[in-house]
Amino acid sequence: MASVILDKVKKVYAGGVEAVKGITLTIPNGNFTVLLGPSGCGKSTLLRMIAGLEHISSGTIAIGDRTVNDVEPAERDIAMVFQNYALYPHMSVYDNMAYGLRNRKTPQAEIERRVAEAARMLAIEPYLQRKPRALSGGQRQRVAMGRAIVREPAAFLFDEPLSNLDAKLRVQMRLEIRKLHNRLKATSIFVTHDQVEAMTLADQVVVMNGGQIEQTGTPLEIYRRPASKFVATFIGSPAMNLFSGTVAAPGQVALADGTKLAFDAASIDAKPGMKVDVGVRPEDAKAETGGSRETPVLKWDVTEELGATRLLHGTLAGEPFVLAMPADVTSPAKELAVGAVAGAVHLFDPGTGRSLRRG
Amino acid sequence: MERRALFGGKLLPYSLLLPQFAIVVVFFYFPAAQAVWQSLLMQDAFGISTEFVWFENYSILASNPEYYKTMGTTAVFSALVAFLSLAIGLLLAVMADKQIKGATIYKTMLIWPYAVAPAVAGVLWLFMFQPSLGMLAKMLRGWGIDWNPLLNGNHAMILVVLAATWKQISYNFLFFLAGLAAIPKSVIEAAAIDGARPLRRFWTIVFPLLSPTAFFLLVVNIVYVFFDTFGIIDSVTGGGPAGNTTTMVYKVYADGKLGSDLGGSAAQSVVLMVIVIALTAIQFKFVERKVQY
Repeated sequence: MASVILDKVKKVYAGGVEAVKGITLTIPNGNFTVLLGPSGCGKSTLLRMIAGLEHISSGTIAIGDRTVNDVEPAERDIAMVFQNYALYPHMSVYDNMAYGLRNRKTPQAEIERRVAEAARMLAIEPYLQRKPRALSGGQRQRVAMGRAIVREPAAFLFDEPLSNLDAKLRVQMRLEIRKLHNRLKATSIFVTHDQVEAMTLADQVVVMNGGQIEQTGTPLEIYRRPASKFVATFIGSPAMNLFSGTVAAPGQVALADGTKLAFDAASIDAKPGMKVDVGVRPEDAKAETGGSRETPVLKWDVTEELGATRLLHGTLAGEPFVLAMPADVTSPAKELAVGAVAGAVHLFDPGTGRSLRRG
Repeated sequence: MERRALFGGKLLPYSLLLPQFAIVVVFFYFPAAQAVWQSLLMQDAFGISTEFVWFENYSILASNPEYYKTMGTTAVFSALVAFLSLAIGLLLAVMADKQIKGATIYKTMLIWPYAVAPAVAGVLWLFMFQPSLGMLAKMLRGWGIDWNPLLNGNHAMILVVLAATWKQISYNFLFFLAGLAAIPKSVIEAAAIDGARPLRRFWTIVFPLLSPTAFFLLVVNIVYVFFDTFGIIDSVTGGGPAGNTTTMVYKVYADGKLGSDLGGSAAQSVVLMVIVIALTAIQFKFVERKVQY
């Protein structure tokens, strides 16, 4: 077990493309950190640099108290679970798990003990003598995890390990990975583009975009206090509604059609007259009865029934808007007055995209 | 995964098979049957009369010590060429698989020898090692080696082995390269993280995953050295000196075409055919089982 510390880590490819643009990040010992971002944001490159599979162009990476920039992957004391599992197809499940230990000249008795324990933990004992091709996707996934566990490394690296599984299995494995982490308490770095995986697994979420960190925080911090428009729209499903407005008075923002929304002036730093981008999550928007002339109105035309919730798609102040409401409300009117509690209204700088929230 | 086409009747599939089948019959089964029939016949010295002699050609062959020597020569020649061309082809493929500058040119150049006709390849090596004119022969003599493939049977064998190997390396290289490209990069990376150094990685991961390719190439190479090296031997040594580079297929030609012993030659080609079929069958039975994963 060890912490992983990244300091101004950069990756520049031969063609001059900067894939990772100076990332500074601390992953404390025993922490489960998820690197989240769209494809091409540099999250996998960053993970591969930590693993030692990619050269570090500049900056330093330390595992524990040792700088590992020039250390071979084998010597970094890490284990990695790959997206396609990368099992050795010609070896049995047992040999797949024992391979890394044999390479390190671990005594035979110790190998047997560790493989047996990991196999029991992952419920793959019946398959130890099988070849990977005779296993299902979920079983292969477990073997790949078992191969990492038996090594008892300082840190686990996961490179989108669930993306090859079907939806049902993904949910199940997600939960098992978290349970396993609660048990082993091993430092883990998990790369994914799936926000649900990030929210459910992480102690710390690192949202990345264009080779840079947009925001680092707990899943709830990221959801409740997005630091930028990018984070605001990337986290949450359906995505946060965004429209432009102008701060009319302290704690009040006017939308394009002159209607107004209240925001929390204590926590948001916005002076009257400022142009801003206003964000309201579909689940934070509420249909209101008896609003005034200044209450924004949603004209909706399409509904999506999701079972417990219903989504209304339409326009508000001339911009597309989605509102989530409980499905048991019977046929809402075609035009709805919409409000939101002041704390759930986000304001962003239209130029930089950063949140105007204080601190 | 199983893929099979479904046909409504039997007429269509059989008629689709027919052209291929016709080619195999005309160019393989018919000549093979003719060889078997010919091997049971014997001509008089002037080729005027032909007599059916049952297995006399075979018994003559079996009591001919020269024929056993040919078998030995063939075994040595085949083993050397197959081993060397597979080993060198694999080595070059592993090198070419690494990301280096000019890899494409390197790969293209390595494929060229395969396009050279066997007889031309033979002549090329013949020139280089020709005792009085060849550049490499001069170099060898400069080192004090009395190089003369025209008189020394071992030298002649080395020369044909070199020429035959050189020509086959391209083919093996190409297949090994494709085999290497088919190994997922992440498997190699996983092994690197698992603490396997490059050499160990090669023997425990890469080589086992290449073994189906290697097996296929072994079968193809054995057939190559048994039959296709005829052109090289004919142009370089003509089977000499003193029959030291006469392989079985060359003897079929020498006895039948030059010696006009059609029956004896046919008997040899039947023996050769049986040996190659048996070798291939053995390879499939014993080796293939071990290389599947």
